[in-house]
Amino acid sequence: MIQPAQYLALAAMLFTTGVVGVLTRRNSIIIFMSIELMLNAVNLTLVTFARMNGNLDGQVLAFFVMIVAAAEVVVGLAIIMSVFRRKASASVDDAKTLRW
Amino acid sequence: MEKYIFWVVAFLSLGSAILMIRARNPIHSALLLVMNFFTLAVFYVLLDAHFLAAVQVIVYAGAIMVLFLFVIMLLGVDREDVVEERIPLQYPLAIILGLVFAGIAVWTIHTTVGGTAFEGVEAANRGGNVEAVGRVLFTKYMFPFEVASVLLIVAAIGAMVLGRRRDEEERASMIGESTPEGREPSGRQPAPVGEER
Repeated sequence: MIQPAQYLALAAMLFTTGVVGVLTRRNSIIIFMSIELMLNAVNLTLVTFARMNGNLDGQVLAFFVMIVAAAEVVVGLAIIMSVFRRKASASVDDAKTLRW
Repeated sequence: MEKYIFWVVAFLSLGSAILMIRARNPIHSALLLVMNFFTLAVFYVLLDAHFLAAVQVIVYAGAIMVLFLFVIMLLGVDREDVVEERIPLQYPLAIILGLVFAGIAVWTIHTTVGGTAFEGVEAANRGGNVEAVGRVLFTKYMFPFEVASVLLIVAAIGAMVLGRRRDEEERASMIGESTPEGREPSGRQPAPVGEER
């Protein structure tokens, strides 16, 4: 049987992959996708804990994380579009003036 | 049976995640991320979270990734990522620190919940997972649910405000060619042709 620790270890590795993606990439869209990967890894952790403890609170919390992620994606991509319109670049190195 | 599905899908999940952060083409990254989302939906089914598995496919793999692909297409796919290192040793340091972090996390998990078995949500899922989640969502978590609806409206309005062009640009594009050169605001390039909507 698969134990909770295996799911949690996999979620930790997925989260780490997202962290490394944020640290190494320059394209703001790829960085954003890495953040999504981290949010999903956390969701997997929550659902695993829900099954481990035998109640549904973790699943509901994962559902709320999905709602927040949807809102975050909408605003974040609008910001990326807005920066791109001004700078003609999606690289985070070009967004360094602290002035919009 | 669950064991084999878990290991195969775990391999696919981690593989697609690593290829996602390594892909040079943003479209490839997006498609690998879709694959990763599907593998997570499989895990949710294995963990008896059927409602979340459906939401994962519909909201994440469907709506959110379409939004990502939309923006990638709008920004242009020919823009390859620059590979130069701005900070010395950034790549090796990121990978080493990532491995250290993963090691600490896995070790912590092993020492805290190492031998714990699943209690199972069969009892909580009586009458179906969707019904059970709905019951919890609309009783115990009623207030957060309503707050989430406010959050989504705020996000929609925020996206509209951020996505709209500035007033001067709008006026310039409305007047068109008849605008004298002197009226163009200084220091602001007109939006690229591909951005006109």
